Amino acid sequence: MARRSMRLSRLNPVIGSSPMIAVGLGVYVIGIAFSILLSFTDSKLFASFDFVGLQQYERLWKTSRWLVSVQNIWVFGVLVILFQMTLGYLLAVFLDQRIRQEDTFRTIFLYPFSMSLVVTGLVWQWMLDPNLGITATVRRLGWEDFEFAPLVRQDQAIFGLVLGNVWNGVGVTMAIMLAGLRGVDEEIWKASRVDGIPAWRTYLFIVLPMIRGAVLTAFILQCTQIVRVYDLVVAMTQGGPGVASQMPAVFVIEHLQNRQNVALGMAAATMMLVPVVVLLFIKAMADYRAVRRAGAVRP
Amino acid sequence: MNSPRILRLTAGVASVALLSAPAVAAEVEVMHWWTSGGEQAAVSVFAEEFNAQGDTWVDTAIAGGPNARAAVMQRTLGGDPPDAAQFNPGRQYEELIEAGLLLDLTELAEQEGWADIIKPARIFEPCVVDGRVWCVPVNVHSWQWGWASIPVFEQSGVEIPTTLNQFLEQAPQIQEAGFIPFAIGGESWQHAGALQVVLLSQLGSEGYYRLYRDRDTDYAKGPEVAAALELWRGLTSYIDEGSANRNWNDTTNLIITDRAALQIMGDWARGEFALAGEVPGEDYACLPGGPSEHPYLDTGGDIFVFPKQDDPEVEAAQLRLASLMISPRVQTLFNLAKGSLPVRGDVDLALADDCMKRGLELLADEENVVPSMNNFFTEDTTGQFNDLWAEFSFNRDLTVEEAQERLAEIIETAD
Repeated sequence: MARRSMRLSRLNPVIGSSPMIAVGLGVYVIGIAFSILLSFTDSKLFASFDFVGLQQYERLWKTSRWLVSVQNIWVFGVLVILFQMTLGYLLAVFLDQRIRQEDTFRTIFLYPFSMSLVVTGLVWQWMLDPNLGITATVRRLGWEDFEFAPLVRQDQAIFGLVLGNVWNGVGVTMAIMLAGLRGVDEEIWKASRVDGIPAWRTYLFIVLPMIRGAVLTAFILQCTQIVRVYDLVVAMTQGGPGVASQMPAVFVIEHLQNRQNVALGMAAATMMLVPVVVLLFIKAMADYRAVRRAGAVRP
Repeated sequence: MNSPRILRLTAGVASVALLSAPAVAAEVEVMHWWTSGGEQAAVSVFAEEFNAQGDTWVDTAIAGGPNARAAVMQRTLGGDPPDAAQFNPGRQYEELIEAGLLLDLTELAEQEGWADIIKPARIFEPCVVDGRVWCVPVNVHSWQWGWASIPVFEQSGVEIPTTLNQFLEQAPQIQEAGFIPFAIGGESWQHAGALQVVLLSQLGSEGYYRLYRDRDTDYAKGPEVAAALELWRGLTSYIDEGSANRNWNDTTNLIITDRAALQIMGDWARGEFALAGEVPGEDYACLPGGPSEHPYLDTGGDIFVFPKQDDPEVEAAQLRLASLMISPRVQTLFNLAKGSLPVRGDVDLALADDCMKRGLELLADEENVVPSMNNFFTEDTTGQFNDLWAEFSFNRDLTVEEAQERLAEIIETAD
């Protein structure tokens, strides 16, 4: 009797997770394999299996729009992570002061995230439009030469996108970091106070390293959001002016749909997968080493 | 004893009813991207006339040509194609033909003599592949028009130009008089489209063919193309600050309200002037070619394809719709509402305005007509052109020579 229930209890999780495993295999593994396979063919609108080697990749890396996209995603990624982390942590520290109306503030900071990036993008597009938004308002107040309209300048449009994304995402970073801060043992604070360490130094040098789990979570969440940034670009700049704010995901979708060049789109998608795989590999290596170190300590 | 007789009777009545009806009615789902006010008025001409025949028009409108075309492709690939779908004439649907997914209209076309009634003949060519007919053209649109505000030119003390180079010389004077010389919206497609009008106006049909049909890379890198691109750089230096994110019709409104001198935009802009009650020749001038001394018009426009269906009744209805779309009465009603030119020469155009007549005159002579670029290139390649011109237009660091190198590369590698 006991043995049977044990076998059952071992079977249950397998049964429970098998749909998930099937979906995971079907959608991710097979889907990704197909994408990579198609990127070596000459598929246009329909999938074809005439293999042309690296031809699509050659064209991809000669396409100016793609090169601009790749450059943009790095600039965008670094700036977004930098701002989102810094501002998110500062906001979390601010809320950690046990201020009054904390719930209200938290809601306000989190609120942008509940809005879709399309809405965010459109609102910021209007705010940054030189004829409607901030620029026009300040000029009407008397500063005739004032100009803050990054979206219409081809060398600044990417910064407009950063602004929209940070506004949208900083609340989540804050929430994760705040949860981390709340998890810090009260004793640490007492000890640092006894030692006479100023609060800002405690936050920066003692607490921050202690909540690295929360920081890492926020970082990974941001990375995934950055790699696939699409709706924000479509809503804010449509990749313009010219091709100045194009992004890889926009390139992929456009070639799969409008341009009817599936193979080139898949080649671009495969290139987008590379940094993700590299990141995962680094993380796996780190985990592996951590496990080995832990194993070495135990005996 | 009675029941077999009743059965026979009912069957008899039913068969009589079937025979006497003009045709078995069916539902036909049509996908298109006509969503603006004038466009909807035009498409409802099709719908009403079709419904009046006893069939049912099921309207699926999707805003934005690329989006609508992508949706048609997705549904066709997924095995649930619409019964009729709008495309631009050219190579957008060639893979559908190759894959055998479209209804062959050859029989109907021969019965009705499409090859003889469709004028100019060139617009029928994209519908014929390997001697079979795959689509029905419904209208002709051309990009190659300049729209000028007559009061702005008068108040600036300059004449309405006859060439774009002349306009470029006038531009400083227009600017000094307090007007926007060159009106354009900051969207990529407006820049790419207008730039290609400038190219055609400078290269002429001979250069156009050398570049796009013969794919002559030396010509692409040559001085003629360079001069045209320089001209474009000159024109775009007279854009106003508010150009960012501006729609084409808001830009046309700058001409209507006499704040800007010239806009290069396709003939669909005529609808905006008509709607505002402007009179051609008094309030505004339409300048074919952009303007150009020898204007060429390309023959873009819209066609419909009819994806294959299993149901023979639907197929019959598809053929009825194709026949209806090209019938003289529907052509007149539709194109008057749309502001485009009809695809047949024998329709009544008493209501056409001067600009429309001018366009018809030009189209009447095959000399002035060039096929639209869609005929030479796939969506993939036309997309590459658009990317290049958008980048060239906005990025002043991209030199004319570099742009020419890339142009040569695109036409060389195009399939």
